[in-house]
Formats: sequence, structure tokens, C-alpha cells
Amino acid sequence: MPVRLYLNNVGKSFTMHLQGGTVIPVVEKVEFSVNAGECVVLGGPSGAGKSSILKMIYGNYRCDEGQILVTAGDEIVNIAGAEPRKVLSLREDTIGYVSQFLRTIPRVSAEDVVAEPLIAQGTSEEEGVDKARSLLSRLNVPERLWTLPPATFSGGEQQRVNIARGFIAHYPILLLDEPTASLDAANRAVVVRLVEEKKTHGVAMVGILHDQDVREQIADRIIDVTGFSAEAAA
Amino acid sequence: MNDTAQIFEQGEYNFAYLDEQTKRMIRRAILKGIAIPGYQVPFASREMPMPYGWGTGGVQVTAAILGKDDCLKMIDQGSDDTTNAVSLRGFFEKTAGVRTTYETSEASVIQTRHRIPEKALREDQIIVFQVPIPEPLRFLEPRETETRKMHALEDYGLMHVKLYEDIAKNGHIATTYAYPVKVNDRYVMDPSPTPKFDNPKIDQMAALQLYGAGREKRIYAIPPYTKVKSLDFEDYPFEVQKFDKPCGLCGAENVYLDEVILDDKGGRMFVCSDSDYCEERRADGHLGPMAADPAAHQFGATQAEETAR
Amino acid sequence: MNAFPSTDPLLQVHNVTRYYGDRIGCADVSFDLWPGEVLAIVGESGSGKTTLLNCLSTRLAPTAGAIEYRMRDGTMRNLYQLTEAERRLLMRTDWGFVHQNAAEGLRMNVSAGANVGERLMAVGERHYGNIRSTADDWLGRVEIESDRIDDDPRSFSGGMRQRLQIARNLVTRPRLVFMDEPTGGLDVSVQARLLDLLRRLVADLGLSVVIVTHDLAVARLLSHRIMVMRHGNVIESGLTDQVLDDPREPYTQLLVSSILQV
Repeated sequence: MPVRLYLNNVGKSFTMHLQGGTVIPVVEKVEFSVNAGECVVLGGPSGAGKSSILKMIYGNYRCDEGQILVTAGDEIVNIAGAEPRKVLSLREDTIGYVSQFLRTIPRVSAEDVVAEPLIAQGTSEEEGVDKARSLLSRLNVPERLWTLPPATFSGGEQQRVNIARGFIAHYPILLLDEPTASLDAANRAVVVRLVEEKKTHGVAMVGILHDQDVREQIADRIIDVTGFSAEAAA
Repeated sequence: MNDTAQIFEQGEYNFAYLDEQTKRMIRRAILKGIAIPGYQVPFASREMPMPYGWGTGGVQVTAAILGKDDCLKMIDQGSDDTTNAVSLRGFFEKTAGVRTTYETSEASVIQTRHRIPEKALREDQIIVFQVPIPEPLRFLEPRETETRKMHALEDYGLMHVKLYEDIAKNGHIATTYAYPVKVNDRYVMDPSPTPKFDNPKIDQMAALQLYGAGREKRIYAIPPYTKVKSLDFEDYPFEVQKFDKPCGLCGAENVYLDEVILDDKGGRMFVCSDSDYCEERRADGHLGPMAADPAAHQFGATQAEETAR
Repeated sequence: MNAFPSTDPLLQVHNVTRYYGDRIGCADVSFDLWPGEVLAIVGESGSGKTTLLNCLSTRLAPTAGAIEYRMRDGTMRNLYQLTEAERRLLMRTDWGFVHQNAAEGLRMNVSAGANVGERLMAVGERHYGNIRSTADDWLGRVEIESDRIDDDPRSFSGGMRQRLQIARNLVTRPRLVFMDEPTGGLDVSVQARLLDLLRRLVADLGLSVVIVTHDLAVARLLSHRIMVMRHGNVIESGLTDQVLDDPREPYTQLLVSSILQV
């Protein structure tokens, strides 16, 4: 299977100017690749930099060193040096992100929140909302909530809305940031099935999953990020 | 020529009051105005021996163009013998000694406030309008610097905002006087506070039209046979006022009528605002429905007194 | 469908500098803005963000530098070499400007309908019925009831005035809209509604926007890209969530950490 994502010698540190310019090293010399249809799970204790790696791939954090190469259509783009509009364009059609937290937008209903990424990719509004409803239903979000803005939902409901939003569109690369945390067994199983479906569609995935069961079910490979720890390398 | 009109020959006044340098300055402004139809030309308006609002702009224009052979007619709201007309006629009789008349066809220069004669004017006549506020954009845009730019750039959307408001609030364009026009497809102009009934007359008029605003120090002009279009909307085209009755005295239709209160019992009649036109028609034997009425008869004999609009 | 087609930039800003006497208003600002892109300029009062906005929108001539804009015919023009007539036409057709104080952007003594219709009349629309129905349509899009069409904005609340100002600007389908603290001075709930409305209109119409705000939440919700200004200089710029989640400059870190967490 072709390589979708390749991290080459990636390094990251934070400089905390408000704390006297303290430099906090995060990761160094990160190097791995992900193939189409493969799910790679980042392992290691919290604070090891898993989340930072994910955020660098999404362009949410800056990458100080190295390259993050993604295959987008016919071209290979280095996210580490891409212009903002290029990153935004990749987020629209190439890289999806399923996070734990939903940034709610006032007055937009749950089904519209979920359908938005799909509609942005060119699907009709009607079809988008249809697909949103079926996903919400699979994730056991009560139907009476679909037309309400999710701002007032419970934490679990908001999380499931966001999972639906993350999975609805087709991205060749999908980043999973603790998608199953605090979900019950039934919903965890739904997420596992959604990931399996993405695999069959050739989606390359990078995930952070603390849940041992889920990790075993979906991970094709586990990469221990402690190997990239800046201190360890120093 | 009456007694007082002799005064100018005794050296007390220059002909037509203004000195020749001032007249030359005003004539230059007039020529520029004619060259750029509808454009407001600034001029150094003089103090006149009458208050602003009495027609100082019109008087200065008239004084600048008047020659000894001219015959002058003065109109105030269509009538030759109301206060303003009488005073200004007296002014020129005294300072210029020119012949004056009530008859539209006899006059070579007609100075007017608020009306245009019903009888079509000729190429050898000049009509001078007294203008209180020359800037049609003024009520919408108070800054002179800005209105000048708007004229320069033909930035006239605001004029239609005013008409839009009229229709939105009244169901039709309720502006009935000082109705804005576009001259020669270029400048938007205020035709002075004449009723919009008179707007069609200034389009392709044979006579030269001169407009003078004394307080605001502006002169503008419309040369003979110039296109003058009243602003409107496609679905709310410009329309003039219609009167459902003819003139009570002379029976004229399609003329601008004034309402006259005859008594304190509600008696009223509508008569021509243009008193000269009305008289001429009656002299030709035209009779209106109220011509036989004693009250009207008495009234008609003493000339139609203009009533407040 | 891609919201960011790789077309040419709409606006190109080269080293724009504005002095007020010896004092710097903004210095050496350069950036490109692409169609459909929303750029937020953030910073505290006096940082030069409004000076920059006024320079960009031809309301204040820069002391040095050039600003080029792609006209509707595709040609790139230096904004300060346009004739006054071209500049005005641009400002009332292809551009919008949303002021913080709605009274500055509205005609307070004419009706809401005329406020929206003015730009149409300015570009030659002469059919009252069409103007009115277009105005009505736009009032609806900014959530103002049809029965308020003949009311003066003086009788409108702050939020309604701001929405009316937006409709008045968007009626000619501009491609570039400048906004100066559009939610400033409004109640939080009114702000949220306005932001949501702006977010949707900007996306639906594919507008390019340069928005000045001191409110990072507004920048996060509306903008794709952010420029942080301090003392007249752009000290940090980039993707909005990147700058806000991983701020690099000391001042930006201070700004981000100063947000109250609710």
C-alpha cells in the first residue's frame, strides 16, 4: 500500500516567555510513516509528546525541525513549511481530526455540525444531513437532540457528535485523538467499526488511544514515542 | 416710465443698481453656467438693498443681463401683483427705468419666484429664477466638500434614496416642488421651489433659463433646448399634479391652480396661479364655471390673490 | 469543491508604513490575501491595527508602501493610483466596510430599506419594486423582520443596527469586506448571534475579510489567518489556531494567556 504520511526528523519544543524563557523540549527526531489503510497508534506515557505529534501533523502546532510530508492527490506537501491556506485546504480534503473536545458554534444544530465537513467537500446539503443522521443514530445520540445546538449537551453527547463529525467525510488521512475516552462499551464498539470501515476505504490513520481493548482491536502498529523523547536523545 | 425711475439718470444709481464690474463678474458666472448646463457656478454675491430670501440672487442675475430696451415681467407664485413681485418690479423701475409688463408674451426678461408662466416661452426671452437652496443634495449630505465631489463624480445614488423614502413612506413620490432633475444627462439640479407641475416646461425650453441664489452665492443655467429629465423610478415614473377641475374663472384645464377661499362659510374656488394667463383667456371670452358667481366676479375683477400653499 | 482554489491573490500588501509625524502608526506590513480568506488583525489599542485597516481600505494614505487589488476584470491595480471615481465605485460595489459604531456606517435618518438599497441605487438600479424586494431579502438574511423595512435605524437595537450595516454592505455582493471591531460594544449574547451570522455569510458568499479585533475569541471563530500587531509592527502571523494554540512570541503568549477561561 502507498505511503500517505511520512514524518522525517521532526522536532518540537516550547519556549515559555512568560516563565522567563524556559524551553520545554517535547520531541526530537520523530520518524515514521503510515500507509493507506493502516492504523498506527502512538504509545507512551502521557507527556511523552503523542498529542503534540498529532497536532503538528494537523498543522495546529508548529513544527520546529524536520518535515511532515503528506500525499495530497498527485502532490506531496510538507505541512511543516506550508502556507496557512495550503494547510486549510489539506484540512478540507486530505486530513481529518477526531478530537475529544467539541468547539461548539452557537446556534448550529448537531446534525449541521456533523454534516458540515462533508458538505464542504462538495456533497449536497440533503445527502450530508442524511449521512449525519445515520451516524448520530449509530453513535446512539438521541434523535430529539439532532436539531439542537450541541452547546447544552452532556459531555458524552458532545463527544459523540464530534466523533460523527470527524468520521463523516472522506479524508485519506485521519488523526484520532482519544476518540473513545469515556465512551461506554457499546459506543466504543461503534467507533471500532467506524475505524475498520475507514481502513477498508484505504484511509491512513494515526491515533492516540489509552483504551487497551480498543487499541488492540484497531492498531496495525504501535509506535512508542518515548523513543523520540528529546531528553532521551540528549 | 414713472417718476422714480428717473433717478438713475441723475447719477444716484448705476443702471440697474449694480456697478459695471460686478455685472461683468456675474455675466462671467452666467456664461460659465450656460456652458456647463446645471452646474452651480460660485459667484461673489453682493449685498442687495433687500433681505436674503427676497430674491437677491435673481435680482443680481436680472440686473446683470438687463438692457435699456428690455421689457421686464416679475412673478411671485404666478402672480404679478403680490408683495415680492411688486417690490422687485418697483426696484428695477426705479434703478433701471426699463419698461415693465404683466404680459408674458410682451416681456423679454421674466424674473420669477416659484412658477413658470403657462404660456410657452420663446427663444428671445430669458427667465430668471430666484433660488433659496441651490444644492439638491444638501438635505442628504450636509458637507459642501462632499456634495461638490458627488457632482464631479456623478455620484447621485443619494438622490434616489430620497425618492425611495418618499415612496416607502407615502406610497408615491410625494415631493411636489423643488423636484430634482438631471440636466443634459449630467448634473442633478434643483429647479428652485417651482411646483413639479412646471418641470416638463423646463425640458427643451426655447428660452434661456438662469437661476440665481444670492445667499448661497451660486448661479446656474439651462441653455435653450436642453434635455431636462425629472428623476424617478421605472415603476414609479415622474408625474405632474392633476387638477380635477378647470380654472373657476377662465375654464382653463391642464394649468396649475391656486385654491382661493371666498368667504368664511367654506366657499372656495380654484383659479389659475398664472394671473396673466387667466386674464388673457377671459379677455378672449373663455368663461369658467364660477365666472358668474358674484363673489368670484368681484374677486376676478381685483385679480387673483395668491393664497398660501 | 474547495474553498481555497489556487487562484491569484485578491489583495497584495507591500511594506505598508504609516507615520503620524514622528510616531509610527504601522510599519512595514506585507501580506497577501486570497479569495475566500478571512484575516484577523489582533492587538491591543494603539497597536496600529486600525491604522493598517484604514490604509488598506483607502481611507488613510500610507506614508510608504503599496497596496494592490485585483479588480473584477482581473487586473491588479495599485489602490492609491486609482482615480477618485474608480475608488468610490470600488468601495460601494466590490468592497464593504463594517464599522464598530453602526451609526458611522448607516444613514440614521433614512429607513432600513433605503439603507440597504442605497448601494443599488448608486450603481444605477432604478426599479423601486426590485430595490425594495432585494432590500427585504437582505434584511431577512441578517434576521431583521420584514415589517421593520420602513423604520429608521435609530429605532433599532445595537445588534440590529450592526446587522443592518452588514446587509447594507453585502447587497452588492462585494468580494472584500473590512471590519473594524464589528462586535465591539455589544452584549455577549448579541455578539454570539452576530458572530454566527457573520461566519455563515462569509462562508456562503466566499468573502475575503480583513477583520480588526482585540477579541481573540472573535478571531478564532471567524478567521483563517491571524496577524498579531504590537507597536505598529506585525510580530507574529500564521494559521489562526496555530498562532493561538502554539504562540511563539512573548507578546502573543501574553495575549493568549490573558483570555479569561469561562
